[in-house]
Order: sequence, then structure tokens, then C-alpha cells
Amino acid sequence: MYASLPDAAGPQVSVIVDGKPVAVPAGASVAAALLLAGAVPSRANPVTHAPRAPYCMMGVCFECLVEIDGIPERQACMIAAAEGMRVRCAPRSSPPERS
Amino acid sequence: MSEPYDLAIVGAGPAGMAAATTAAELGLRTVVLDEQEAPGGQIYRSIERVARDHPQRLAMLGEDYAAGLALVRAFRACSVDYRPGSTVWQVEQPLGILYSAHGESHRLRARRILIATGAMERPMPLAGWTLPGVMTAGAAQILLKTVGAVPQGRVVLVGCGPLLLLFAWQLLQANVRVSALVDTSTPGARRRAARHLPTALMAPGYVGKGLRYIRVLREAGIAMLDNFEHVQLNGSERVEEVVVKRSGATERLAADVVLLHQGLVPNANLGWALRCEHEWNESQRCFIPRVDSWGLASQAEIQFAGDCAGIVGARSAEHAGRLAALESAYRLERIDATARDAKARAPIAELRRHRRIRPLLEALYRPGDRYVAPEQDDVIVCRCEEANAGDIRRAVAHGCPGPNQMKAFIRCGMGPCQGRMCGLTVTELMAAARNVSPNEIGYYRIRPPIKPLALGELAALQLE
Repeated sequence: MYASLPDAAGPQVSVIVDGKPVAVPAGASVAAALLLAGAVPSRANPVTHAPRAPYCMMGVCFECLVEIDGIPERQACMIAAAEGMRVRCAPRSSPPERS
Repeated sequence: MSEPYDLAIVGAGPAGMAAATTAAELGLRTVVLDEQEAPGGQIYRSIERVARDHPQRLAMLGEDYAAGLALVRAFRACSVDYRPGSTVWQVEQPLGILYSAHGESHRLRARRILIATGAMERPMPLAGWTLPGVMTAGAAQILLKTVGAVPQGRVVLVGCGPLLLLFAWQLLQANVRVSALVDTSTPGARRRAARHLPTALMAPGYVGKGLRYIRVLREAGIAMLDNFEHVQLNGSERVEEVVVKRSGATERLAADVVLLHQGLVPNANLGWALRCEHEWNESQRCFIPRVDSWGLASQAEIQFAGDCAGIVGARSAEHAGRLAALESAYRLERIDATARDAKARAPIAELRRHRRIRPLLEALYRPGDRYVAPEQDDVIVCRCEEANAGDIRRAVAHGCPGPNQMKAFIRCGMGPCQGRMCGLTVTELMAAARNVSPNEIGYYRIRPPIKPLALGELAALQLE
């Protein structure tokens, strides 16, 4: 879905996305790490469980919410990826019964 | 309690940085709160890191991006209290500013506040726009600026506006050739915009740049589709194709990444939450805060500068920031009207020059009715609560009087984004359904906190 430019040599950090280590350029947001790792969909809409992924990358849409270091519903695009950070994408399941 | 700041600036984009630099020169005790970890706003995002670690990318991103370096350096050199990583979530009257930084909440006091929160991309509710793989063009541009990441596979751009053309050009410089540009601008827009061309040609460099991007994209052989009746995005777990229907024929473009863009609108929630008066601007097709030429809002201690006061572009934003700082200094009785006016002459002249491009751009790239108020009932409008256009029209038919009541009727606008992604669409849909002006419909009532906040953070509030 996204890949680093060939000129992207530089310091990297490694984050753990759903148990798998992902190396990203230092300064990347967690949402950028998700996209570079292809961890998409990264979330299910809470109402219909439809698949979702980062959309705006600037903190306005709240589509990139994931669990970071045990805290749920964090805005992945507003948080810098840090060495050893554990990111968990929401598991998909069937949509809830609509009453 | 410490002494209040003279001026608190929210946002460190071109308007906020220029305002801070000017305010510091005038001796105002100034604090700048910005969500990002480095100055630049969205337009000059990561400019320091790119210039330091990847100077070759400056050419790829273009001269308008590199122009931000001078502003950032002046901002870094001026004596203001700059607090990066700070998200303002409430402003109280008399002025107390509450913000979160690195997991803690703080409150500081200021005599005046300058809102310089910039722009966001106008929502573009199409069938399938919530699918993973669909993002805004600005989002992909942020990925390019911040980490040098580019979209892979078949990339389709859908929409219209200067940023879309610029980004298609930037991708070409990065050796990414998009497979198609699906142009949603309104047929006849070029004819209607033509009368603004003489004025636009007097704005420095804009028309030439736009024409150059278009020429380069054409020479690269990028398919450009226009004049169609319908466009939608299909896929199951991810976007798979863009479907364009025109005069009975259906074209299916395979797509791995779809990037949407139909212009910018003010990033307005802070102004709404402060109950500043706003009015509908027909030419920009959005609400803008009611401000005078110094950026003064309906409340005398609040000012706006840059795109959050109506879309003007980055170069205009910096001059508007300077004017706002001059007016702040005048209101705080640090300079008199004569000194203010003398210092304002240059920014006013610059602003006038740069603003000459606006009528052309606003006519040329005015978003079409069907892209701001979807005709198909099943198009999702509120991405958080999944309310669709049909739900909204039915609520209107049942007597829902305004956007705020829409929340109670169908939960539209009640999700974590606090209406940022659906507010303008709801206003447009309601205005169309009732055949009245958007001004009569109004906008959601935005309440603090304007960004979600952990209760623990609120409990640990640090008072200054």
C-alpha cells in the first residue's frame, strides 16, 4: 500500500504491530508505521464493524484509533512510533445485531 | 498563579509562526501551542528534518515547500515559549487555555488568543470512501513529507483543486506515476472562472505554476477523466476499483490506493467551541469566522489568522499572521495606531498580491453539488456513526430542524471526530432538502473538550 523511497536511509525505530516487528524511519507516526507494514484494515467501525484504516493523517478523522502499549483508542497519526512500542489493531468480527 | 501571557497562539503553521515572530519582536510575552512535534503546520510539515536529513527531497516537494524553511528558522530564533506536542482542548473565558501535552493536562492564562489552526481537507463523501486504502491526498502528502513514504500499486486520484495537481506532480518527481486522475470539477467551471484570469495573473507565480503541473502531468501520459455522471469506489476489505459512469458507459479502474481531495476548509472546531460568530461563504462553500482585516473575531480578545479564517493559502497566511500580531500589540497598548499602521503596510500589500489568485481558484475548483451533498441514499456521511445521506434526508422529512438535533435523531456527528468529517455535509444536505441557505441551517454546536481526553489526564490538571 505504501513503501519508503529508495533514498530513505536513516535512523529507524522498530515497533511491534500485532506481534510482528516493523522497522520504520525515525519520526514516523504510528499510523505511518501501520501503512508501511500493510496492517490494513487497522480497525473496525464500532457501529457496523466495517473495515477501516487511517484516512487523514492529521488528527481530524479518528479513523486510525488503535491500542498502543495497552491503552485502547489512541490516535495513531498523532503519536510518534517509539522503539519497542506495542500496537494492536482491533480484531474484526461480525457486525452487532442492530435493534 | 503566574502572570498571564500577553498572547497565546494556537498552531505553528505559517500564520502562527509569522505571528509569533512578529509578536516577539514587539516584546509580547507569547506562548505557541502546537499539536505537532516540530513547527511548520501541515504545509511545511517536517521541513526541518527533510532539509537536514533528505535535502534531495526539497526539489521533489517543490519550491513552495522549501519556502517554509525561512519562516521556521525565524520562528526558532525568536523568543517565544514554544510548546510542541500540545493539543488545546478547551479555552475558557476569561482566557484560560487548557491543553494536553505528552499525557498531562495543563492550563495557562493569556490576555489574548490567536487561533491559527489552519485548514483540513473538505470531506468528500462518495460511495465507498470509508474503505481502507482510500485516504485524502493531503494524508498521502503528509506521508511523503514526514517519512518519505509513497503509495504503491495502482494509485487513482479523485477530486479537484490545486493540492491534488501539486501532489500528482510531487509523486511524479518521486517516480510514482498515478494511473488516473478522476477530475470532479464542474463542467463549465473553466468558462465561469475565465473572467478572473486577468486578476489571477497579477498574483505572483500561481497561474504559471498550475499550468506547469498540468502540462507535466499530461506529458507523463496520466489518464485524466472528466465530464462523468457518477463515480464510486468498490471493494470489500480494501478498495479495489474506482467506477466511473458516463453517458451509459461504465469504466472500471483497478485501484490499490485512492486519494480524494476537493479543496480545503477551515479547521474550525476551536472557533465554534468559543461561540465566535461564523457565516457561510458561498464562494468557498464553507463557514468562516466573522473577522475584520486584522483577524479580530466577534469577541475582542480572540483573533484568527491564516486558513482557519477562510482559505487563503500558505503565503497569504504568513502575512495575515503578522497583521494579527500587530493588532494584538496595539490592543495591549504596546504600540500605537500610527506604528501599527506603518508596520502593517508591507504585509497588507503582500496579502493583496497573493489574494488575487483566490477568485480564479474558487471558481475553477468549486466543489460540485453532488460531491458535497451526496444524491445516493446509501453514501455514508458520518464516518464515525455510519449515518448515511438517506438517514439525514429522512430525519429532515420527519421534522429534524437543524444539525444539532440531527445528533439526537440519528447520532450523526456524535462520534470521536466531533463532526469534523460530516459537519459541512450535514449542513449542505439539510440546506438542499429544505431549499434554504446553509446560513439558515447553521452548524453543529461544538462543545469542549474539542479533542478526546482521558479522565486521568483531566484529573491531573496542572495549573500555571
